[in-house]
Amino acid sequence: MQKLIYIAKRLVKAVFVLLAIVVLNFFLIRAAPGDPAQVMAGEAGAADEIFIAQLREEFGLDEPLHVQLWIYVSDIVTLDMGYSYRQDEPVAKLVFERLPATLLLTGTAFVLSILLGVLLGALAAARVGKWTDSLITVVALVFYATPLFWIALMAILLFSVKLGWLPGFGMFSVGADYTGFAAVLDVLQHLILPAATLGLFFMAIYARLTRASMLEVMDMDFVKTARAKGVAPARITRIHVLRNAILPVITLAGIQAGQLVGGAVLTETVFAWPGIGRLMFDALLQRDYNLLLGVFFVSSAMVILFNLVTDVVYTLVDPRIELK
Amino acid sequence: MATTTASEKPQRSARAQAFADFCKRFARNKGAVVGLVILLAVVLLALIAPLLYPASPWQMVQRPFLPPMATEGFWFGTDTLGRDIGAGLAYGARISLIVGIVSTVVALTIGVTIGALAGYYGGYLDDALMRFTEFFQTIPNFALAIVLVAIFQPSTTSVIIAIGIVSWPPVARLVRGEFLSLRSREFVQASIVLGQSNGHIITRQILPNTLSPVIVMASLMIAQAILLESSLSFLGLGDPNTMSWGYMIGAARTVIRQAWWMSFFPGVAILLTVLALNLVGEGLNDALNPRLARKGR
Repeated sequence: MQKLIYIAKRLVKAVFVLLAIVVLNFFLIRAAPGDPAQVMAGEAGAADEIFIAQLREEFGLDEPLHVQLWIYVSDIVTLDMGYSYRQDEPVAKLVFERLPATLLLTGTAFVLSILLGVLLGALAAARVGKWTDSLITVVALVFYATPLFWIALMAILLFSVKLGWLPGFGMFSVGADYTGFAAVLDVLQHLILPAATLGLFFMAIYARLTRASMLEVMDMDFVKTARAKGVAPARITRIHVLRNAILPVITLAGIQAGQLVGGAVLTETVFAWPGIGRLMFDALLQRDYNLLLGVFFVSSAMVILFNLVTDVVYTLVDPRIELK
Repeated sequence: MATTTASEKPQRSARAQAFADFCKRFARNKGAVVGLVILLAVVLLALIAPLLYPASPWQMVQRPFLPPMATEGFWFGTDTLGRDIGAGLAYGARISLIVGIVSTVVALTIGVTIGALAGYYGGYLDDALMRFTEFFQTIPNFALAIVLVAIFQPSTTSVIIAIGIVSWPPVARLVRGEFLSLRSREFVQASIVLGQSNGHIITRQILPNTLSPVIVMASLMIAQAILLESSLSFLGLGDPNTMSWGYMIGAARTVIRQAWWMSFFPGVAILLTVLALNLVGEGLNDALNPRLARKGR
């Protein structure tokens, strides 16, 4: 019951944050140089007069600002994110068509990065000062400093061009109409490179954090007690240290969710993965601001959802935390 | 006369001693020294770029698709339009460092102001400012940077401002935490009793005491800002008149199968610079916060 109230409260807060993002979007369009109708229609000159007039009518651009804001917010609430003149489709339709691909990519990368990161971090902490530790530390340091899009390109170069092991482009094999299990396998093959490159950067962060956090917990008195009692070292690492050290990692994972979505823009662009990140890049190229803001809104919503989930997970891992 | 020199001398030597201690602690971290050397090399490259490559990095100087090491003077090869990649690397160092440093200054200005006000005054102001900070922390920051630069048109200024706007929240949280704990300390109470103004206490009494964690954070932020700048210009959101590493990779992306070197070298340049800054940041952390430093690890 208490948990339900907590989740409900977090939901209300999430709705307020979303509303604030809608308002931010509204002012961003108006802050852009030029006429908002032109801005929404895409690069000046690309849209015809009738469409511009229609936009002006629809968004009440001749009305006072607060009326415009009201129209904009109520549109978004009904999931009407406007029309993409360049793609000739409603923005909402374009975004939601692409969303599952992004969810698959970011979700896989997220799980991969946490599992690998915690595992490597724990391994490094358990063998602190030995060569395993140094190796993991150096690897994490390097990946933490590497631009995501560059790792992606180099992965294509190595695994796709030179070795020919994995496809480096798209989500499905072109022309091969697989069905059933073969189709799933095909998507999985295409997923490996993008998910791995996106996950590696975050793996580095989680590994560094897990290592630092575990070293800190290892110095605490209850660990010394466990050691003095003669608890097996592996058990101390697993049960006593890791469980306590993992909390800051989960906190960070929630915060990093936003970065993951941003990283998806780069990964999807390089791998031509048909998600909302790629859509954002296309919108950028065509200066399709309505679509750009639509993607921005939906990805923010995704991040808020991610945060909500990590908050709930947090309460499950650490029962001491008061739900307030 | 004699008394002034006597009182000045020990003070100066105490300062020199503190600096020597700082250097010693920094040098104990081998990685940090390596990082500093790399960083100085990048700064030097940025400074002497016009001497090394008098021609503009946009100028076509050789045949296109010239592989590296093939022709004397073009060790890094040329790109799809016959521009020298070496020149691009040298001039790219300038924009990376400028954007990295200036956007960090912007982020620090916003973050320190908000964090200091929230931590010093507390109460409703603190609540409001922290909600504001949380909001900015929730928004996916790379996506926001893209939207900001796209809407305000790509230029060095808009890139710097966008990166500054998306990177300040961690600074605000850090500074607020420091202010919260320092505010109740005796020297601050004493200043209040002496009747010093709030502005004076914030800027002269508390702020200098928060400097070391902020300096450490700043060095890591410059690294992140350079990564962000390269990502933006990779997507074509860089200043169209400035040669940058991200732009070079973005422009060479479609020919990766034929010409690996065009995207390989700029990527290594970004990697080395960011790595160097991260290492220096860790070294600064060891040197400035000796009590928190990892004991022999």
